[in-house]
Amino acid sequence: MDLRDLYQDIILDHGRSPRNFRTLAAPSHFAHGHNPLCGDKVTIFLRLDGDRIVEVSFEGKGCAISTASASLMTEVVLNKTLAEAEALFGHFHGTVTGGAASGTAGGLPDALAEEGERLQPLTGVKAYPTRVKCATLAWHTLEAAVKGGGLPVPVKTE
Amino acid sequence: MTLLLQDRAVTRPDGAAFDPVAIRRQFPIFGRNPGLTFLDTAASAQKPRAVIDGMAEFYRTDYANVHRGVYGLSARSTARFEAARETVARFLNAADPSEIVFVRGATEGINLVAQSWGPAFLRPGDQVVVSELEHHSNIVPWQMLRQRLGIELVVAPLGADGALDLVAFQGLLGPRTRLVAMTHLANVTGHVVAVEAVVRLAHAQGALVLLDGCQAVPRLPVDVRALDCDFYVFSGHKCYGPTGIGALYAKRALLDAMPPWQGGGDMIRTVSFAETTYQDAPQRFEAGTPDIAGAIGLALALDFMDGLGRAAIRDHEAALTRYAEARLTAIPGVGLVAAGGSRLGALSFLVDGIHPHDLATIFDQHDVAVRAGHHCAQPLMDRLDLPATARASFGVYSTEADVERLAEAIRAAQRLFGVAAR
Repeated sequence: MDLRDLYQDIILDHGRSPRNFRTLAAPSHFAHGHNPLCGDKVTIFLRLDGDRIVEVSFEGKGCAISTASASLMTEVVLNKTLAEAEALFGHFHGTVTGGAASGTAGGLPDALAEEGERLQPLTGVKAYPTRVKCATLAWHTLEAAVKGGGLPVPVKTE
Repeated sequence: MTLLLQDRAVTRPDGAAFDPVAIRRQFPIFGRNPGLTFLDTAASAQKPRAVIDGMAEFYRTDYANVHRGVYGLSARSTARFEAARETVARFLNAADPSEIVFVRGATEGINLVAQSWGPAFLRPGDQVVVSELEHHSNIVPWQMLRQRLGIELVVAPLGADGALDLVAFQGLLGPRTRLVAMTHLANVTGHVVAVEAVVRLAHAQGALVLLDGCQAVPRLPVDVRALDCDFYVFSGHKCYGPTGIGALYAKRALLDAMPPWQGGGDMIRTVSFAETTYQDAPQRFEAGTPDIAGAIGLALALDFMDGLGRAAIRDHEAALTRYAEARLTAIPGVGLVAAGGSRLGALSFLVDGIHPHDLATIFDQHDVAVRAGHHCAQPLMDRLDLPATARASFGVYSTEADVERLAEAIRAAQRLFGVAAR
């Protein structure tokens, strides 16, 4: 196993210099995610216009994988509908957990193929079962933000 | 870089040199995993052949239930079990084997004291003092008692140097202080607490003292009578014994005054539906069939440590800790979490620009096992304002070569993350 499959340049870059790393002044939705096992914390901020994500950002403290995953996530879900964001999460989740959900992995609509490709560098994490939850924390928190609308929601990770 | 420290040779009681490389050969795990650099002994120690084979041999030759059978085999098993209690008593220098209660581990020992001694002797408003260094196992049982009894939990702070602040500690003690429950050696930082002073100050206020010896027993000679502590707990699996067994030491007068905490077989004298009478300590606190083989394995582990020499083990751990401190801090970008100048057997460190979990994953690729996370001490991590640390910890089988491989793994992580010092 080559560590370079996990820590690709794009991961190290986003881990060091995360994009959209700020709070939103007036989010319509937000949620705190916490992985008590390792102490990683992330807060996802969203501004929705109808069902479209028109602004998204995050804050928090975590390892390179969780920071890079949150950073890449904010890039790919911007200007997407909630349904599209959910499809991307399903695809990503299935790919990194390799579980039953992996049936959705090949089923990303063509319109989201480019976004799916952008998440590809993170999928090296599937060879490191103890780190999968680092990669999915931001996504679970995004889901909680959409569902909870700002109320504290327990975030489940792998 | 080669780092030479003078006068490092550690001598065993029989005059032989303490040779961790030879000792390592008594631990089969290293034979089966030849590339392994195991630096997580503070989480759980590996097991010597004497313990593994000795427990199997007990099952093969002397095993039956204890304290029950009239037949010879049960008598032999009981004799082995009670001899194990004597070994623990001798190891801690307790006045009598009846002061030793077998428990599942330090966690259960603390819960036993909280649930038996607590309700019998604490009243609303009474105070239990812990420190910021504590493992969750020495925090949560007292919080549960706070909820149940309305007692207060008082937290003794650390100084800026990472040591328990004894002046602040003394200032927290008062007439309402009934118990001080404190670690002997902090699992996150390796700080050796000045427990002699803690006991003296607590006793001067009429408070009792419980010491959590999980990390101290594997590394320091512990003499409960010299310490004059009232309760002392430790876990077998951290001192080269099996999991699921540990011991609570308590002064006999305290055990005699404490009510049972779990009911069942073995802890009773007579049972009728109208009334039940209980055994004396320690049996009163050991309901149900105990972990018989575990107790025997624990005794074998303590005998193993005595054979190496406990002062020699301490000196070995101290020398290796000094070596690791010097070796790691010589790497640019590496910092140690402060331990008040008295670090033994464990050290937490941080590497600039690399999260501890990324470090641990990279180390694992080098077959270097360290712990990364909050180490079951979230309040301490909050106090230090750190989400996580990486921790290396040592045992009797740890060598300078292990530290060298850790240093090399740190360098590799720095190169991968592009944070290597030029």
